[in-house]
Amino acid sequence: MSQPASSPLLDALLQAPLPASGIAWLDASRQASQAALAEAGLPDTRVEAWKYTALRALGQKPFADGDAGAGSRELDASAWALPGVDGPRLVFVNGVFRADLSAFDGLPDGLSLQPLSQALQEDAGSLQPVLSPVGLTDPRHPSADAFALANAARARDGVVLRVAAGARVETSVQLVFAGAAGDSELAWHARVLVSLGEGAALTLVEQHVGSHGQSQLATTMADFTLAANAELKHVVLQQAGTASNLIRRSRLHLHEKAQAALHVLELGGALVRHDLQVELTGDGAQLQTRGVFMPQGRQHIDTQLAIRHQALNTVSNSQWRGVAADRARGVFRGAIVVAPGADGTDASLNNKNLLLSASAEIDTKPELEIYADEVQAAHGATVGQLDERSLFYLRSRGIPLAEARALLTGAFCRAMLDSLPNDALREHLAGLLVAQLPG
Amino acid sequence: MLKIENLHARVEGKEILKGLSLEVNAGEVHAIMGPNGAGKSTLGNVLSGRDGYEVTAGSVICDGVDLLALEPEARAAAGVFLAFQYPVEIPGVNNTYFLRAALNAQRKARGEAELDSMQFLKLVREKLKIMQISDELLHRAVNEGFSGGEKKRNEIFQMALLEPKLAILDETDSGLDIDALKQVAQGVNALRSPDRAFLMITHYQRLLDYVVPDFVHVLADGRIVESGDKSLALELERTGYAGIAGAKA
Repeated sequence: MSQPASSPLLDALLQAPLPASGIAWLDASRQASQAALAEAGLPDTRVEAWKYTALRALGQKPFADGDAGAGSRELDASAWALPGVDGPRLVFVNGVFRADLSAFDGLPDGLSLQPLSQALQEDAGSLQPVLSPVGLTDPRHPSADAFALANAARARDGVVLRVAAGARVETSVQLVFAGAAGDSELAWHARVLVSLGEGAALTLVEQHVGSHGQSQLATTMADFTLAANAELKHVVLQQAGTASNLIRRSRLHLHEKAQAALHVLELGGALVRHDLQVELTGDGAQLQTRGVFMPQGRQHIDTQLAIRHQALNTVSNSQWRGVAADRARGVFRGAIVVAPGADGTDASLNNKNLLLSASAEIDTKPELEIYADEVQAAHGATVGQLDERSLFYLRSRGIPLAEARALLTGAFCRAMLDSLPNDALREHLAGLLVAQLPG
Repeated sequence: MLKIENLHARVEGKEILKGLSLEVNAGEVHAIMGPNGAGKSTLGNVLSGRDGYEVTAGSVICDGVDLLALEPEARAAAGVFLAFQYPVEIPGVNNTYFLRAALNAQRKARGEAELDSMQFLKLVREKLKIMQISDELLHRAVNEGFSGGEKKRNEIFQMALLEPKLAILDETDSGLDIDALKQVAQGVNALRSPDRAFLMITHYQRLLDYVVPDFVHVLADGRIVESGDKSLALELERTGYAGIAGAKA
């Protein structure tokens, strides 16, 4: 294999000393990830999954590794306060757990919630299978791109959340990843491990926030395992700082009759990438995803949704909306694979996009591969402007053009929130969508 | 109230209105009848300012204002209302929210105070009563999933709320069964007033049984070719458009 192209970012990622945990298997795993990163290098646009997201500019940044001052950075709690969300909360600042900003005393029965650093001290052994899987350190693994490897090598902290079998957690658990300006431009990484036991239920709100204008690189890698009949409701609100390069991967495994419903709002950041990979591995597992990405200014927001139906009678229903303004760029790839033997699959995915300016761009790429029988699959993607007839209808009633546009665009996006059961949260998020619209 | 002089308009380069003149006074109801393709709907669209309709000559003055110089929203604020032949469904926009936004935008443009939600709801209840329609339609998205009759009634309800000076009804009777037609007509009649003018564009005479016009005009090949009172509509019903000068059946 040829040497990967060197770049200031890659050099910085490779040269900074690895964090030492004192746990032999973890340190070995980190070194293996580091070695794999050295071999893989940064992906370029010749790699299909990165075709529309160029890393040239990001690659020029020699980010410092971590933030030694993260424990004392001032943050305003209003950055993550959400109506209708008042359960236990873990807050991380530049990847470092902040006990002073978190609240996780008196957890409901069956819920275990800890920062990863603490979980490693108490019971590292139980985390070994998830933190040192073979796949992650194998550069040929589709998930093991440079950022997954850097995260595996360098994430010092994160979340370990477990819901015991049969436990139904009524309150929403809130995970907050905040970026803050450091002493220099820096990179941080966080790892999230969520598992729901058989028949367990959880509502999780994941937030990415930041109000700094300092460039940084952040990666979060999250794994969700849903045992049979478990139910996960997951809301992701991404409002990272304007100079944040935020690379996330979420992987979900759904076992028999497990159900996951995701609502994802991508509003912030400079360069944002989210790989959302779902495997429906148990018969009758069901997935619903709803998402809105709204890049504006010069933002670049890339979502890579990949759903694998691997068992009988599994269902996935995905609807995503993109709205790009100014010179912004949106990327959406929606891939569905129906594996051999996954008969009776019902898969639907659509991605509709609006361009609000002539300089905005959205690239959408639907992919569908079916290797099973008796499959229902619907798949579609569009990129367009607002419907002229609707615009005229509103204007003919006296609503000025700019307001009519905002009204229609807001409606286009907020439809993605309709299935969100938390009224207060839904209305708040709808307000954020409207506030993001230009004009 | 409305004075149209020698109006010429093109759609996609094709001349549709070819020197249309018409004068409508406040308090009057005028019916515009004519065969398909005569330019009836074009007239409604030109008056309300729809894109794609190019006026090449003539003038339209409404209550002293040059309508053709105004954007659609400014025409609405000046008192022009078009009841659509095909009202548009707008998923995700709540009907009540839409109505309040429209009314307040018009009030703002006219320099009047906007209504708060309590004042607005009071007004809505008043108008619902006059229109004899249930408030169920208000809780849904604009026209989404409405039946043909519900859509047309929603148009008339909007008219009641926005209180235009000039109401243009574009084929409001099309696609309605007789019960729905009666309900819509009842709504229109309730809105007749000495300071409001109506222009009813229709292909068939039957609407005019329920909303009796003061004047009837025949539009053919882009011009008004004949004018009369309501008996003209009855005559057309008997003879068809073939007998009208300049009209192709």
